[in-house]
Amino acid sequence: MLEFLESITGVPTPLLFGQLLLGLINGAFYAMLSLGLAVIFGLLNIINFTHGAQFMMGAFVAWMLLNWLGLGYWWALLLAPLIVGATGVIIERTMISRLYKLDHLYGLLLTFGIGLMIEGVFRNEFGSSGLPYRIPAELQGAWDLGFMFMPIYRGWVVLFALICCLATWLVIEKTRLGAYLRAATENAALVQAFGVNVPRMITLTYGAGVALAALAGVLAAPIYSVNPQMGTNLIIVVFAVVVIGGMGSILGSVLTGFGLGIIEGLTKVYWPEASATVIFVIMAIVLLTRPAGLFGRA
Amino acid sequence: MLNRRGVLAAGAAGAMLPGPLSRARAQANTIRLGVLSDMSGPYRDATGPGCVVMTQAAVAEFGARGFNVEVVQADHQNRPDVGANIARQWYDQGVDVVLDVPTSSVALAVNQIAREKNKVFLNSGAATSDLTGSQCSPNTVHWTYDTWMLAKGTGAAIVRTGGDSWFFITADYAFGHALQRDTTRFVEAAGGRVLGAARYPFPATTDFSAFVVQAQASRAKVLGMANASTDTVNTIKAAREFGLHRSMKLAALLMGLVDVHALGLESGQGLLLTESFYWDLNDRTRALTARVRAQNQGRPPAMVQAGCYGAALHYLKAVADIGVAAAKADGRAAVARMKAMPTDDDAFGPGRIREDGRKLHPVFLFEVKSPAESRGPWDYYKVAATTPGEDAFRPQAEGGCALVRS
Repeated sequence: MLEFLESITGVPTPLLFGQLLLGLINGAFYAMLSLGLAVIFGLLNIINFTHGAQFMMGAFVAWMLLNWLGLGYWWALLLAPLIVGATGVIIERTMISRLYKLDHLYGLLLTFGIGLMIEGVFRNEFGSSGLPYRIPAELQGAWDLGFMFMPIYRGWVVLFALICCLATWLVIEKTRLGAYLRAATENAALVQAFGVNVPRMITLTYGAGVALAALAGVLAAPIYSVNPQMGTNLIIVVFAVVVIGGMGSILGSVLTGFGLGIIEGLTKVYWPEASATVIFVIMAIVLLTRPAGLFGRA
Repeated sequence: MLNRRGVLAAGAAGAMLPGPLSRARAQANTIRLGVLSDMSGPYRDATGPGCVVMTQAAVAEFGARGFNVEVVQADHQNRPDVGANIARQWYDQGVDVVLDVPTSSVALAVNQIAREKNKVFLNSGAATSDLTGSQCSPNTVHWTYDTWMLAKGTGAAIVRTGGDSWFFITADYAFGHALQRDTTRFVEAAGGRVLGAARYPFPATTDFSAFVVQAQASRAKVLGMANASTDTVNTIKAAREFGLHRSMKLAALLMGLVDVHALGLESGQGLLLTESFYWDLNDRTRALTARVRAQNQGRPPAMVQAGCYGAALHYLKAVADIGVAAAKADGRAAVARMKAMPTDDDAFGPGRIREDGRKLHPVFLFEVKSPAESRGPWDYYKVAATTPGEDAFRPQAEGGCALVRS
């Protein structure tokens, strides 16, 4: 079987396995980021273009905690999402909440502008070339899997992302709070009539979506350069993931995130020049054949 | 009808017009230097505002010699159309020199305009060796570095230490291709072989682990990184993480002080890289750094920023020599005088400018210090080798420059 694979693809099997695994790791980032976007869109109907900047803020807050307060990676994993989530709550309360009655486009423009401003402020303060952040001592090193070296930290990223995705899905689908949220999406006025504080729920949901982006930022800090534009490249791909998965579908965005990570990984082996384009080709095909996305409800 | 927003927009546009320029147009006794750089993008830290600071340092060092010097600045956003527009406008409004211009595509566009309008173009930030080769111009000086020098500096040095088989990770655009091509020539000339290359989409790639694993599977001895800035940092981080540095040598073909700062010494130690300036080289570079550090956000100047200083200072000396009126009227004459005079400044020491516009100065192969060797922030390099300027750059005869009489 393996020889057969090798003979038709022309790529040694160990290399192929390695690339599949790497694709899965990148997929974990896509899944975490698109999850936050999907949660926000599903409940607020806002396309959150600030998401990339908030991912970047997560990484920067991790750096600040370490260099200014001496708090390491594990504290950052807890505190950075809370801090960045709190800024999200402020943004929602003071600005985004004024736009709910208007067309989607206004929310998109507003969040896009806020994102640009946040990136500009960080660039002014920290420069554009980036800051170093080390892999925590507990997760350094690599396992020799026979066909490749697997850095322990990357394994941790996949595991942690899976847990986050599962937890988010459970909260929204299986708890009373989640039921309120879903009900408020369908008919906010009715839910409010039952005595549920819907505006507060929406604010906290936005904060939670932003916190997920920040959490992904903390996970990314040790392996990518921590710089103000680090979210920009990633976020375009993540939007494609959300569109392919179906706007607002949580399970859809998670599965699509992992799936596209793998497809992108394989493209990097066979045709590296096209690895940035392949996701958008898939997006175009999906939009033509299933406009609501693979897992969306039309 | 004009509403309030329209008025605001018009006001903002008016504020951006180069007011001081039109006011000063009458002043025939003023030399105007325009720093055109990346003020907001990935190359900002290596050039950008720091280049403005260093140009001003040159003006201060030059002192008052019977004419005024003004420094203006603009952001070209790494886009040739934006850069060409600003350069054209500046030259028409009395700016005599466009300085810096990182990003090869923008630099080549400005190179044309300077020639067309008979003004001066002093390039420090761009890498392409075509500026003194097929596209050389009598109005242009290429001061700091180029792709040929980088390829020779790092590439040839690593082949000499036994790194005779290479795998490239290359940014898929003109700059990456040129750097891979130039390095390949040195590798093959020294008897080495290139076993493969992965060209990744620029600038849309964040994760380099897939390419690092491919490089590992190629069994080459050296990983050549034909990319720059954040991409190089991310490639090295991935290589460290996947244990690549245990089996392969890492060759960062274009890497500078700010990249090492971003990477951290933990991941960067032992890397070999080529630059023509480092702040801690000698007493003169240290004195220069002490003069400018406070204005440069507490950072020592990077190589390209030092180039802005050296080029501006030498140009001003040439202006003093031929007179302000002549220098303003004829950019070609000013550049010819720059070439006729030997250069000397605190950043690059003594040197000269060749007929094809290439500035010659010593080039250094640096090794990045380990965290234990470093005495603190920005103490990152030790000198591994020094090449005299005459040998460090492409021989004039091989460049194909039309200005060179054969």
